[in-house]
Amino acid sequence: MAEDAILEFLEKNEEISDSFKFAEQHGFLHEEIVNVIRSLNGFRFVDAQDIRRERWVLTEEGKTYASVGSPEFQLFSAVPPEGIAREELQKKLDPAVYKIGCQQAIKNKWVEMAKTQVSRKVHHADDKVKDSLLRIQNGEAVNQEDIDALKRRKLISQQVWKGNSVRKGPNYAPKRKRAATDLTRENLQRGDWKELEFKEYNFSAKGQPVEGGHLHPLLKVRRQIQMIFLNMGFEEMPTNNYVESSFWNFDALFQPQQHPARDSHDTFFLKVPSTTKMLPEEYVERVKQVHESGGYQSRGYGYDWKREEANKNLLRTHTTAVSSRMLCALAQKPFAPKKYYSIDRVFRNEAVDRTHLAEFHQIEGLICDRGLTLGDLIGVLHDFFARLGMSKLRFKPAYNPYTEPSMEIFSYHEGLKKWVEVGNSGMFRPEMLLPMGLPEDVRVIAWGLSLERPTMILYGIDNIRDLFGPKVDIGLIKRNPICRLGL
Amino acid sequence: MPTVSVGRDRLFEALGCTYTYEEFDELCFKFGIELEEATTEKAMQRKEKHLEEEATEDDGEIIYKIEVPANRYDLLCLEGLAQALRIFGGLDPIPTYKVANVGKESMLEMRVGKETSKIRPYVVCAVLRGVTFDEARYNSFIDLQDKLHQNICRRRTLVAIGTHDLDTIEGPFTYEALPPSEINFVPLKQTRNFRADELMEFYKSDLKLKKFLHIIENSPVYPVIYDCKRTVLSLPPIINGAHSAITLKTKNVFIECTATDLTKANVVLNTMVTMFSVYCERKFEVEPVKVTYPDGKSFVYPDLSIYNMNVPLSYITGIIGVQLPENEVASLLHKMQLRAVESVSENAEVKFVVSVPPTRSDVLHPCDVAEDVAIAYGYNEIPKRRPASLKPLPLSQFSDLIRSEIAMAGYTEVLTWILCSKKEISSMLNCEEDKSAVIIADSRTSEFEVVRTNLMPGLLRTVGHNKDHPKPMKIFEVGDVVLLDGTKDVGAVNRRHLAALYCGANSGFELIHGLVDRIMEATRTSFVSPGDCEGYYIERSEEPAFLQGRQAKIVYKGNRIGTFGIVHPKVLKEFDIPDPCSFVELDMQSFL
Repeated sequence: MAEDAILEFLEKNEEISDSFKFAEQHGFLHEEIVNVIRSLNGFRFVDAQDIRRERWVLTEEGKTYASVGSPEFQLFSAVPPEGIAREELQKKLDPAVYKIGCQQAIKNKWVEMAKTQVSRKVHHADDKVKDSLLRIQNGEAVNQEDIDALKRRKLISQQVWKGNSVRKGPNYAPKRKRAATDLTRENLQRGDWKELEFKEYNFSAKGQPVEGGHLHPLLKVRRQIQMIFLNMGFEEMPTNNYVESSFWNFDALFQPQQHPARDSHDTFFLKVPSTTKMLPEEYVERVKQVHESGGYQSRGYGYDWKREEANKNLLRTHTTAVSSRMLCALAQKPFAPKKYYSIDRVFRNEAVDRTHLAEFHQIEGLICDRGLTLGDLIGVLHDFFARLGMSKLRFKPAYNPYTEPSMEIFSYHEGLKKWVEVGNSGMFRPEMLLPMGLPEDVRVIAWGLSLERPTMILYGIDNIRDLFGPKVDIGLIKRNPICRLGL
Repeated sequence: MPTVSVGRDRLFEALGCTYTYEEFDELCFKFGIELEEATTEKAMQRKEKHLEEEATEDDGEIIYKIEVPANRYDLLCLEGLAQALRIFGGLDPIPTYKVANVGKESMLEMRVGKETSKIRPYVVCAVLRGVTFDEARYNSFIDLQDKLHQNICRRRTLVAIGTHDLDTIEGPFTYEALPPSEINFVPLKQTRNFRADELMEFYKSDLKLKKFLHIIENSPVYPVIYDCKRTVLSLPPIINGAHSAITLKTKNVFIECTATDLTKANVVLNTMVTMFSVYCERKFEVEPVKVTYPDGKSFVYPDLSIYNMNVPLSYITGIIGVQLPENEVASLLHKMQLRAVESVSENAEVKFVVSVPPTRSDVLHPCDVAEDVAIAYGYNEIPKRRPASLKPLPLSQFSDLIRSEIAMAGYTEVLTWILCSKKEISSMLNCEEDKSAVIIADSRTSEFEVVRTNLMPGLLRTVGHNKDHPKPMKIFEVGDVVLLDGTKDVGAVNRRHLAALYCGANSGFELIHGLVDRIMEATRTSFVSPGDCEGYYIERSEEPAFLQGRQAKIVYKGNRIGTFGIVHPKVLKEFDIPDPCSFVELDMQSFL
């Protein structure tokens, strides 16, 4: 066996200097020897060094000449001592032999070619080409000059040969035990685990990928934000109603009917069901009044409020539509303070691009209580955003039809080294709350932001479509780390 | 939110002060507008054409693009912005806008025809006398109309503005609605006469105007304004006549706003006249126009009256959450262009009578007044009041998140005992006695002698008791171990550990290795080369509990946090397990 031969040889000798010679001497195919060396080297039984050797072999043409002689010699031999007519000579030889033979024989000054007559210039010629070719065929040495000449005539070509020189390796043993890759039940049963030798394990590579399920990163973030709200004492609003009427989505929020957000450019209005069937009539009347002429100390917007506009159905553009329903329901009972939150889908008639989708998730929190101030709003925003890892906040005055005062929330982004807008907030307007029937000293502070934006920042995703929707990269979902927000 | 583009240098000149970009950005932030970018006319053109050319030295004047709140129409031009910021900075008093005292006879008149009620029923007008235009002012005047048309006018559907050189026309004017075929005039920017219906056809190829055609296109009558000589002033809301076009030389400007919404028509007219009355000979004075409806009722416009609002001090401070003295509130309101006069009611409640000027149509309710005080006081100066809330324990939350991840990787959770025997943490694990263990003094049973120092015996015992369970078996536990610790008052400390085990026909060593990688991925730890302290790497280890050559330590940020490997057959035998197992245990607190 080749492996035994190598290991035994190395036990007594320093080195196998040439695997080819070793194979020849020991009667193995060189290929087999090389394979065994490779395997032994892998287990560090031996240290193998590559060696490379070039050797010359005859081309087909070269092989022919080696057996029948070079063309020039054939030509010389065909010329009798007295000379011969060209035509005669040509007839005697193969055309290729004649052609090459002429050139070489003239070059060697063996023959003279007159116009019609060919005659010998020397009495005797040695076919050195044939000799050299035979030597090469037999693996004998040939001088460089001859090699070059044969190479030029394409009679020989180079063949690269690879082999090894081999010495003992760090794990050398005169006999190799079968290397194991794993411990098996059979090993334990047979008790042969003591003899096992393991193949070297590559700790610089990773282990076998885990097969299992994965949760979506956006929803992992949602879960954590839900935890944050719960820890802050907020209860969840039921937001499982995507179809909403314009009334609850806009009018109840004191958003005038000519407001640009109510354009079909911005909102998905519905063909079926196109209108809402029922609205609380008394409340609708109060909402109409406050839009048209005010009341509750407001001037109102001074326009003709149209019921048809309020009846139009749509896909809710914000979860605040649910908040308005919740607050209105709250106003029907003796007042009790509430803290509400929701995280759910909203829809906008927008062109989809790297940062915008026609649907996304809105996070909303609100507190309804007597005597709330901007100080409370700023306080709760600091508490909330600090849990999202944003503790440096500042606030910019802004406009929103249903909040007054309104504040845009900016957070200092350490990576970008600048303030970035992270959400919107404010106090709901009295024109929204009082028609619902909430007591006059009750104020509602609220804030909102998208779920996608913090998630994209958190996971370093710059194209929203990679995160959410069918173009998502499943690999990204799998690779995703746990969400540690709120910890 | 609308964006206004103003020349920086002209703006700073009007403000009487120059700022760096950052300083001006800061000022805008406080006031509630947003400096979007500094650009140039040429840069904007390049952007529009998607050209990639570099900015050059001679790009011309720097333009500031400023985003303003959608309900502040008075900030849609340089004049209004500069005025608001000057008053905010205490540089200017609040202007008083006046309607010129014009005798009844000399007052211009606009007579409204009956037919207009079918298409566009309202019109309001005013005159600016003795205006001095220059190129910049003229452009601003045109831009403001554009901005108003785009925003409050809802692309001219609600209101359309026409401005005319009064010296080219003669009152009384008439606002009529006529069949298109009866209207003939030369429109702005054209040289020939068009019939109104032809003109509509003609504008179908006009990129800017074709958007407005739908407003009147299908009506049998079109609105049109004539002077007394039947010169067409405008065909609202599409185009003005060429005849009365204003130029740089125009001195007296006639402004008409036709509308379907009268409230907004007034806001638009007031915005136009208040903003540009600053360039009138008599500053802040506007000449009125009488509008007479077919029923004989007439109204004088513009209505620049002040709206008085009663706002209690306590209401304002109650919203802001800061106790402010009344004089401070009054001066803060002043910065926001709201005059406030104190009055004390019978019950000693301090109240303000707040004068809302015609430029501030956004102020609808005392809450708007309260907001202005808050802005002038500074949102970021308001002390925060932290609500009561709870903080979860990060260790528990983190443990739960990791537990879910491992369960999702197909491992079943087990819950084993904290207490165990001495040999379970020593000889049975092929180890020396564990010197770090807490030892129980008088246990009723030898099963409970020490507090576990690792999770390995618990998991191995579980496997040993579940020999009949189909293989492979994948289990894990997240739980605390206790170690002696001299730095603690009681001399011992809990550590949260995570352990997982695979048992099958093969040891599953590579699977446990893969689980280690997954845990690291889940904690966002990168795989690094040995010696690197930024992530984690794996190195051969020599622990007696594991099989030699098939075990490794886990090094996380330079610290060894755990080990994994094929459980040594001797250990398996101790726990009566016939199948090969691989096991990992690591200290989870290192991740926090």
